[in-house]
Amino acid sequence: MASTDVALHEGTDGSSGREPVVNDFSIQVATVNGSGSQSANTVLLRTIFQMGVPVSGKNLFPSNIAGLPTWYTIRASKHGYIARKKEIDFLVAMNPETAREDVVSLEAGAVVLYDEPLNLGSLREDLTFYSIPYDKIVAQVCPEAKLRKLVKNMIYVGVVARLLDLDMTEVEKAIRKQFARKQKAADLNWNAAKAGYDYAVASLRKRDPFRVERMNKTAGKIIVDGNSAAAMGCMFAGVTVVTWYPITPSSSLVETLIDYMKAYRIGPDGKATFAIVQAEDELAAIGMVIGAGWAGARSMTATAGPGISLMAEFVGLGYYVEIPGVIWDIQRVGPSTGMPTRTSQGDILSVALLSHGDTKHVMLIPSSVGECFSMASEAFNLAEQLQTPVFVMSDLDLGMNNWMSDPFEYPEEPIHRGKVLSKEDLERLGGFARYKDVDGDGVGYRTLPGTEHPLAAYFARGSGHNERSGYSERPDDYVNNMDRLARKFEFARTAVPKPEAVADNGNAIGIIGYGTSHWALDESLDQLKRERGIDCDYLRLRAYPFTTEVHEFIKCHDRVYIVDQNRDAQMLQLLKLDLPTEETGKLRSVRHYNGLPIDARSITDAIAAQEGK
Amino acid sequence: MASTPAPQPQPKMNRLGLAVLDYRGGKTTLCAGCGHNAISERIIDAFYEMGVQPERVAKLSGIGCSSKSPAYFMSRSHSFNSVHGRMPSVATGAVLANQRLIALGVSGDGDTASIGIGQFIHLMRRNLPIIYIIEDNGVYGLTKGQFSATADVGSKLKTGVINELPPIDTCSLAIELGATFVARSFSGDKRQLHSILKAAIAHRGTVMVDVISPCVTFNDHEGSTKSYKYMKDHEEPLQDVNFVPAFEDIAVDYDPGTSVNITMHDGSQLRLRKLEEDYDPTNRIEAVKRLSLAHEAEEALTGVFYINTEKPNFADMLNMTDVPLATLPEERVRPSRKVLEECMEELR
Ligand SMILES: Cc1ncc(C[n+]2csc(CCOP(=O)(O)OP(=O)(O)O)c2C)c(N)n1
Ligand code: SF4
Ligand SMILES: [Mg+2]
Repeated sequence: MASTDVALHEGTDGSSGREPVVNDFSIQVATVNGSGSQSANTVLLRTIFQMGVPVSGKNLFPSNIAGLPTWYTIRASKHGYIARKKEIDFLVAMNPETAREDVVSLEAGAVVLYDEPLNLGSLREDLTFYSIPYDKIVAQVCPEAKLRKLVKNMIYVGVVARLLDLDMTEVEKAIRKQFARKQKAADLNWNAAKAGYDYAVASLRKRDPFRVERMNKTAGKIIVDGNSAAAMGCMFAGVTVVTWYPITPSSSLVETLIDYMKAYRIGPDGKATFAIVQAEDELAAIGMVIGAGWAGARSMTATAGPGISLMAEFVGLGYYVEIPGVIWDIQRVGPSTGMPTRTSQGDILSVALLSHGDTKHVMLIPSSVGECFSMASEAFNLAEQLQTPVFVMSDLDLGMNNWMSDPFEYPEEPIHRGKVLSKEDLERLGGFARYKDVDGDGVGYRTLPGTEHPLAAYFARGSGHNERSGYSERPDDYVNNMDRLARKFEFARTAVPKPEAVADNGNAIGIIGYGTSHWALDESLDQLKRERGIDCDYLRLRAYPFTTEVHEFIKCHDRVYIVDQNRDAQMLQLLKLDLPTEETGKLRSVRHYNGLPIDARSITDAIAAQEGK
Repeated sequence: MASTPAPQPQPKMNRLGLAVLDYRGGKTTLCAGCGHNAISERIIDAFYEMGVQPERVAKLSGIGCSSKSPAYFMSRSHSFNSVHGRMPSVATGAVLANQRLIALGVSGDGDTASIGIGQFIHLMRRNLPIIYIIEDNGVYGLTKGQFSATADVGSKLKTGVINELPPIDTCSLAIELGATFVARSFSGDKRQLHSILKAAIAHRGTVMVDVISPCVTFNDHEGSTKSYKYMKDHEEPLQDVNFVPAFEDIAVDYDPGTSVNITMHDGSQLRLRKLEEDYDPTNRIEAVKRLSLAHEAEEALTGVFYINTEKPNFADMLNMTDVPLATLPEERVRPSRKVLEECMEELR
């Protein structure tokens, strides 16, 4: 032990003078991108999960392949709070570049586990330091010098396991799962973890209050990232044509989807029931989605902000020609390239109104991995029922981080293909008018190319058209058509997922949130009540256009805080477009836009300040 | 006074029992004399004579006078007039959704060689099964006559502006990038265009036909290299193109000394009577070289430059099931509960 290690006042129990902190703290591992720490961090996360303690993991990584700093934060919460926690309780400092700043920014009472040569122990007196001679330990368990850099990470897993009282049998199980198909790697890593553990037993005396104790709050649950959940959702939604152009943070959605489709969507004839194309850019990706949707496939693409900007013209075409398609926007920080590996909800307004002219689009907004799965089916059904592009607005935090969840439920709703006329229908009807509002819901009947009937064809065009899809520049045709499209959007209002009234107890103050803000809000609601005595109701949006429930909620509250993860209060602006003027004065804004996942404390402070408390 | 009514003259029918009328479209709104109208006529004839069910055809286009023309032929076929320069992606999506469709893309030189060059290149590279026609007039007709990227160096606009930039040769590009049937023709060369289009229908892969199609309103004057007069004076056919469909009598003789005979996928024969000795349309490198020479010599070379009937097309490569993806029933596209359970188990 380095003699510079300064402990807080030690208690008689040999740990610390503080109350034990059980199952309620965060661990941050500071490393370098490309150093292979991801496996070690996943093992830590899984171990805590396997011990029945609610847990979440957030990867804060740079837009770089190797060499820049990255931080991984694991939060254990007996209360089940899984939003990012601002304060770090337990720092594993592995990156010489950032170590000093990482230590300086800790709050008093935190713990630092550092690589011996970093010599951090003398930096502050109000922290607990443990120094670990990683290189010595790793040399003993890993004879191959080349692998040491990777295996080193598993040593801290062992040390942390000892310090936090993690069950080593669970650590082993997590390692074996992580390296499921690589026995040798599993053994090597398990030995490294054990060596770290043994070192800690022999050389470290516990001097901090943080501990994990078994609970039973994770039984039966799964851990998965939102993009994988979305991929699974799309497969079960019956997607048939997938196009994409790689962009963080959406690439992993399609890459995972490719794996799933290859595993489960090859028919008994050995042939694929799908086509996946890596397009030359996002213009082509969306063009293929539109072409496939027109010809009757369930088609989708996944992208992020820059791709959304490129897709604008085609999305307008999809709206106006009325073609189904699903677009996943895994939002990241803009404008422009922005911060590609940081999260935001910055595309809400631009997607809602994407493209020139009067266009409006349906958006579904998942908050959880469960919704990434279930909204996939909903999005495809809505796209085909409404005959229009439908967006699913996920974000980097949801898409790329690991989340705990109940297992997904099999989609009970059948696949709805919408109003498509068959050869027999055409025979019976003696023809059809593509853009005629036969049913009063604004949605016309369409036919698919290849339908073998002389009256099946219609001319799809992005130029002005009449009910029979003929070219038209007549003012009345244009107005009729645009009014019908508006009617269709009103119908969409009744068809999209309803918001979730998370808390509705007749309070004067209401909060509206959406997407990943939900998890911070879930915690903030408790903080506001407990710490500041502010009782709030809370409505979680799940879709645009806003359903009547949203209007009702705003009507019933004196003040309504809209929580946005963007600078310009985009959802608030969108609500304003929809609300009667007398209601808009009630809206207040809470915004978070620094690229980090939103945390409860920030919301609590912002609302309390505006409430003068 | 009864007398047998004179028999109504029966319209000629193709092998499906359809008349040429069944392949007609709406009345054209393009300028009288526009080359594009002649191309529409050739398309009608080719599809009629080949006996293609119009309902199996999907017409796709971008934006421009040329891209409007699908409204003027084959009304019984679905059609999609999409956005400027992006028809290739729409066509790709449509073919993936339903690989039984016969995709017919109509584009302009602006639509293809300027705004759409990126999508064009990737379409060629994929060898998607499609007939891709460029109605090439060297200008943007619909926006009133600006130069396009296929305009020749030295060619003159009505306003007197002279083009100084080299043209993009869409045929060379297509050959280099992987299209498997590449030809150039002239809207005024009725016979050649007709034969090329019929052969195009029999091909499985990307057919790229650049058809010089004079714009009578903005680019048909003295000084234009895409005018009727210029083409009539300068067109140099590489071969005499003949096509014998599989359902006709293939046995008709040809002379291997003077003709190249290519057997298409369905057994039809494309017969190219050599006007230039030793030109081998199955040799990619030679084809590109010949086109470069034509540029040097300022020749308006037409004919079938390149053909490859072996190369797999994009739809083949994707190994899609035979039923069109668009019409697969739920049980084939939604995996079972057991699969979901398996996926969940992996994540526990
Ligand atoms: C994104 C976009 N930019 C510009 C235009 C305007 N525009 C319409 S047609 C056209 C050029 C068409 O030229 P070409 O493809 O050669 O067709 P032609 O009219 O000559 O047959 C242009 C620039 C457009 N429709 N869309
Ligand atoms: S402007 Fe030119 S290209 Fe357009 S229709 Fe008239 S002649 Fe044809
Ligand atoms: Mg043109």
